[in-house]
Amino acid sequence: MKKFVNNVDNMLTESLSGFAAAHHDLVSLHLDPAFITRKTIAQNKVAIISGGGSGHEPLHAGYIGYGMLDAACPGQVFTSPTPDQMLAAAEAVHAGKGVLFIVKNYAGDVMNFEMATEMLPFEHATVLTSDDCAVINSTYTTGRRGVAGTVIVEKCVGSLAETGSDLAACKALGDKVNSRTASIGVALTICTVPAAGRPTFDINETEIEMGVGIHGEPGRRREAMREADLIVKDMIEAILADLKPAKGSEALLLINGLGATPLMELYLIYHTAAQLLIDVGIKVERSLVGNYTTAIDMAGASITLCLLDEEIKQHWDSPVHTAGLRWGK
Amino acid sequence: MNTAFILSSSLAIHAAIIANEADIESLDRAIGDGDHYINMKRGSEVVAGMYNELLPLPADEVLNKIGMKLLSTIGGASGPLFASFFMSMAKTLKQNGHETPLEIAAAFAAGVQAIMQRGKAQAGEKTMLDVLIPVSTTFTTCAASNKTLIETCKALKQAADTGLESTRNMIATKGRASGLGERAIGHLDAGAKSCQVMVHTVCELIIKDNSK
Repeated sequence: MKKFVNNVDNMLTESLSGFAAAHHDLVSLHLDPAFITRKTIAQNKVAIISGGGSGHEPLHAGYIGYGMLDAACPGQVFTSPTPDQMLAAAEAVHAGKGVLFIVKNYAGDVMNFEMATEMLPFEHATVLTSDDCAVINSTYTTGRRGVAGTVIVEKCVGSLAETGSDLAACKALGDKVNSRTASIGVALTICTVPAAGRPTFDINETEIEMGVGIHGEPGRRREAMREADLIVKDMIEAILADLKPAKGSEALLLINGLGATPLMELYLIYHTAAQLLIDVGIKVERSLVGNYTTAIDMAGASITLCLLDEEIKQHWDSPVHTAGLRWGK
Repeated sequence: MNTAFILSSSLAIHAAIIANEADIESLDRAIGDGDHYINMKRGSEVVAGMYNELLPLPADEVLNKIGMKLLSTIGGASGPLFASFFMSMAKTLKQNGHETPLEIAAAFAAGVQAIMQRGKAQAGEKTMLDVLIPVSTTFTTCAASNKTLIETCKALKQAADTGLESTRNMIATKGRASGLGERAIGHLDAGAKSCQVMVHTVCELIIKDNSK
């Protein structure tokens, strides 16, 4: 393992401290238990809180700020945060209109947030994101995983919350965006959890892992490496089979890097993906290309398609001021 | 069940988890996401470190404090699941007493039940429960039929081994391998493995103490 590290046990705290220092105009870091809030706690709005294992940066702390999250709880690398973090974060940012948790659908995250909500003295609701369409037979599993589509959910719900909408409306929009969003990832290499010191599993030069999750967990199947257009075509087909968009549908296309794939390749993927969508009559009205939900140092990418309507478009376009997304203000 | 026994178990479990690093980690790498060993180590370490704080407390309070500490330390799925186990076990011991094997078996069963509820999981889903459920059933049967402690512990170790092995040919429908479908067949579940290790450790401690 070759990483910038002093002591593996201190890595997360050192990274969080650096994040807080670099974005001191936007956020405040709290330790023991660890959570991050906006620099100035917003008033008269539903508090939007997310959290999850670390290693997916900028998710979630990078989306704290005007128009998105009020707080985030970082867990250990790839490990859900704990209920005490969630309770402390909720206590810090609650502004009298309830708390909405945005949680990626992983057993650990779901259970920890569930235990937190059982102890929470405020009105609350939870949006579970489950955009990963890689897991084919969802009746066989804990359910679809929440991956890069979570960014779109956080952006839209965050925007609605700024308008003063109530908890039920924020949850409804989150659920709607999630239901109109599908993602699939592919790995060229597998990530190394720093404390483990070696890749989570082995993959050779001629193989890719189709449907990989954002923790490097194995996906749909191991496939042969091939030219980019053919990989992207299979990914777009999986997404279209899942969302079944009507001809003429408007969509947001997100090409997300998993940590070690350069933008040059992500734009190449975008080029192919957008053309394939246009070919089947989808209007790609909005786009986002970059590292938004990563898997530490995995080489690979995910494609996310969100079917837009006027409400989602409006909340996607509205101003946002965070470390990871910033426009219109 | 007394505090001294729980605390010596916690030290032995911490050592056993570390001793089984390679096995637990290779299983989690095969069909998991690579964090299980690290989480088990962090959890067992923090409990072992509570030794002096817990020493003066009664057994049920000790278990409850262990549960709460694990809840705020491990994270992931293991945190809430082990926390639910210990907190529920503590509650049952407090209500029903903790002297006889039947009372302890009932508390263990309540702990396993709490894991099932929190994880919304059953036997046969390729998880820790495939070790814990048969161990709990065997414990209750042994306690009801007045088996000796040594006989009981031998039976529990056997139940844990059989349960662990049963996960090999399961398709995971819950837990870390549930996204994999048939690809998980042929691999033991890492969570079941760490539970088997813990059951063995505690049983061996009892066998040793009672063979003197």
